[in-house]
Amino acid sequence: MTLGNLLVVAAGVFAIGLFGVLARRHAIGVLLSIELMFNAVNLAIVAIAWSKGLIVGVVLVMFGIAITVAEIAVGLALVLLASRVAKSVVLDDLSELKG
Amino acid sequence: MSDLAFVALSAVLLAAATAVVTAKSLFRATFALSGVLVATAGFYLLLTAPLLAAVQVLLYTGGVLTLVVFALVVAGSNTEDARWRKPVPAALMSLAVFAALAVSARKLPETPPLRGLQSGKDVGRLLFSDYLVPFELLSVLLLGAVFGALLIARKDRSV
Repeated sequence: MTLGNLLVVAAGVFAIGLFGVLARRHAIGVLLSIELMFNAVNLAIVAIAWSKGLIVGVVLVMFGIAITVAEIAVGLALVLLASRVAKSVVLDDLSELKG
Repeated sequence: MSDLAFVALSAVLLAAATAVVTAKSLFRATFALSGVLVATAGFYLLLTAPLLAAVQVLLYTGGVLTLVVFALVVAGSNTEDARWRKPVPAALMSLAVFAALAVSARKLPETPPLRGLQSGKDVGRLLFSDYLVPFELLSVLLLGAVFGALLIARKDRSV
């Protein structure tokens, strides 16, 4: 288990999440993929903190986790609003602001 | 021992991550995401940050997944809506990003001594001394998020 291997695994999870963000059509599917990318970034931060012995990295990730929880709460509220107002949560249907 | 755990956890993590973006049912995707989060908590244990692993499982896995399942029940989870649109360019894009990240990760010099984190007490001390102001700001942010979510999602909106 080396820092390089850990970062490659984190990059793999990040890329999978990126694919989900780009390809999923359901808004909640996109939110789940964003969580995936976020998790990969956290893993990379902790891996680097571990290899350098920096406890600050753990504090940073804790802040990050709390911010993600706030983000997902607001994101899901937006999805619920879209499902009520636009009667759809498929992102292709939510194109009212398109120029 | 730690190498074996690393390989096993990586396999679980990548398989669950793939399931999150490929599952037809979004409920399955949500439970696959819980697999990802728990496997990441396993990584944190391996990286000598047990406190973070506990926070990950309790707060992240418990909190986020409950919220997502609630939203899926309310907003509906038609499995046909969960399909992909334009998967080939998306796959190319994410492959390119992965290649760039993996190449740059491989270029890192191998750090000889791995000291580990031994967190817990030290994290708590750091959190409540040097990082007290960000910590309190974070509680304000969470409060704002709760109010914002309520404001956005409430029924009797005038818009």
